[in-house]
Amino acid sequence: MSETLVLGLGNTLLSDEGVGVRVVERLLEQYDFPEGVRLLDGGTLGLNLLPDVEDATRLLVVDAVQARQPAGRLMRLTGNDIPIFLDTSKISPHQESLQDILALAVLRGTLPEEVVLWGVQIGSMEVSLELSPPVAAQVGVLVRKVLEELKRWGVEPQPKRKS
Amino acid sequence: MRAVEDALGIEVPNNARILRNIIEGIQYVQDHVVHFYHLHALDWVDIVSALDADPSATAKLAQSISDYAKSSTDYFQGIKDRLTAFVASGQLGPFANAYWGHPAYKLPPEANLMAVAHYLEALDWQRDVIRAHAILGGKNPHLQTYLVGGQSTPIDPNSQHALNAGTIAFLQGLFSKAKQFVGQVYLPDVLAVAPFYLDWAGIGGGTGNFLSYGDFPDAAGNPWLPQGYILNKDLRTVYPVNHTDITEYVTHAWYDYDDDNKALHPWEGETRPNYTGPKPPYDYLETDQKYSWLKAPRLKDEPMEVGPLARMLVAYAAGHKRVQEGVNSVLETLGVGPEVLFSTLGRTAARCIETVLIAEKLAEWTNELAGSMAGGDYKIHEGTLWDPDTWPAEAKGWGYTEAPRGALGHWIHIKDKKTFNYQAVVPSTWNASPRDVNSKMGPYEASLIDTPIADPEKPLEVLRTIHSFDPCMACGVHVLDAEGQEVTRIRVV
Repeated sequence: MSETLVLGLGNTLLSDEGVGVRVVERLLEQYDFPEGVRLLDGGTLGLNLLPDVEDATRLLVVDAVQARQPAGRLMRLTGNDIPIFLDTSKISPHQESLQDILALAVLRGTLPEEVVLWGVQIGSMEVSLELSPPVAAQVGVLVRKVLEELKRWGVEPQPKRKS
Repeated sequence: MRAVEDALGIEVPNNARILRNIIEGIQYVQDHVVHFYHLHALDWVDIVSALDADPSATAKLAQSISDYAKSSTDYFQGIKDRLTAFVASGQLGPFANAYWGHPAYKLPPEANLMAVAHYLEALDWQRDVIRAHAILGGKNPHLQTYLVGGQSTPIDPNSQHALNAGTIAFLQGLFSKAKQFVGQVYLPDVLAVAPFYLDWAGIGGGTGNFLSYGDFPDAAGNPWLPQGYILNKDLRTVYPVNHTDITEYVTHAWYDYDDDNKALHPWEGETRPNYTGPKPPYDYLETDQKYSWLKAPRLKDEPMEVGPLARMLVAYAAGHKRVQEGVNSVLETLGVGPEVLFSTLGRTAARCIETVLIAEKLAEWTNELAGSMAGGDYKIHEGTLWDPDTWPAEAKGWGYTEAPRGALGHWIHIKDKKTFNYQAVVPSTWNASPRDVNSKMGPYEASLIDTPIADPEKPLEVLRTIHSFDPCMACGVHVLDAEGQEVTRIRVV
């Protein structure tokens, strides 16, 4: 079973923090995906996402990133560039982040064969359902980037017919 | 949901009561195990030290404390090999980031290796047992079955699309696995680790006041875990809870009341945020002023600790036979008295004891549901007050539950068929409460007083106590730090 998982992460209540989820929402609105491809709003589910990650052969993550870059700056990380660590100084298991989940998958020998992360430098983390303008402007770009990655993996989603 | 049911005087059908007990029960078992292995265990277990373990000595240790099947030398050799490869793959920066090798770690390498193995086992186990939520709740997480007045997942022994005899058998299978893991892995691990950390039975006591709303009602409405509170670590008296004695202060919280020095009952509660702290990033907060996003809940002006320890203490003091057996058996094994319960270690042990007891009850509740179905009762929802036109012009309600983390209360004021006011006082607000107008400390703060710190740069000891409460502080934030820096900082005073 070769599954491709597109995972959008973040908290949509905190403005740009939820950009990953917004990208997945947009993709699901506009495209139909073939069997073997899953799109998942990972929210802030933390450790609960481990089974989904472990079931995937190819994992594409879209997440908000703090890299001290101008807001909206995109980055693509693969392989060793993706930070993977078990951070035990966290306070709550809800804080279990992507790094921890990937680290656990490594430890359990279940890391997907390919992991790609598209990150967006956050601007605002105010309590708001809206993305800040520089990040909102990148949602469409990220949708195209995700489609390009999927194409590279031989997956061609079909645009939804307008009804 | 229970707040609305209380306001409107709705009694849920018997099946809904049982279903809620089962869903909540397996939530306890899964939550507590995940909390212990994936958050709290690493406060006591040094992963790096496990690399020095002798797999055959580890197998002997594991076999001496439990009948758990996975305990061979080969099994532990396999875990050690995986761990060695994990640490050796230079990409993983975990060990710079954590407190490995800290002098406060006391376990021998073999106990550490055993705990790492069980940490990994717990991941598969929890994934399996929580399927009960998908079955009973439509989906997991964020179950969809709850309704005011009952549940929505149908019961019908003759339908493939409802909870039926097959479902009951499947649930019993899951719950048997849950009970087995708790009895053969979680409890023995806690009992094996605790003797190395008995000094923690004298650290982290906190306020000494413990509150439980009680939960898991039986057919007569009596909660299996009782309601009540105790004061000043005194197990001789359990006081009855009157919810109108519960109020919240914002004296030190970033909210405005008309009078910040007066506490409000949640029915009159207000939530007007007003941040007056320093502009981030900052080094410290002015704690004589407002310094927290949490209000300060109080019962008769007293701070209260909530959670598994509070539930076990209230039940113990109230003469609950099964809780007394569970607690006494652990105390006897460790050769200590009940006074050690008021501590970080006590909190961690109480969570484990509670898991053992609830794991036992799951089979019983499931049988109760099967019996009800066999008797021809399929009712899961009471709908006579579903239409708001049937409601009184005004109604107030208090809904409570014991969430795995502790006492959770919701208050609603309904006016003209609408929510006029709604307030929730959640477990971590009680436990992490800031000071009140009388400068009384909340449980976290009180529990950290006199904690010995071996290395102020690496305050592992602070994490041990805070983690022992099972805090819910960071559901919200989820930013990836591309530079891999530690984001959480703890300042030692």
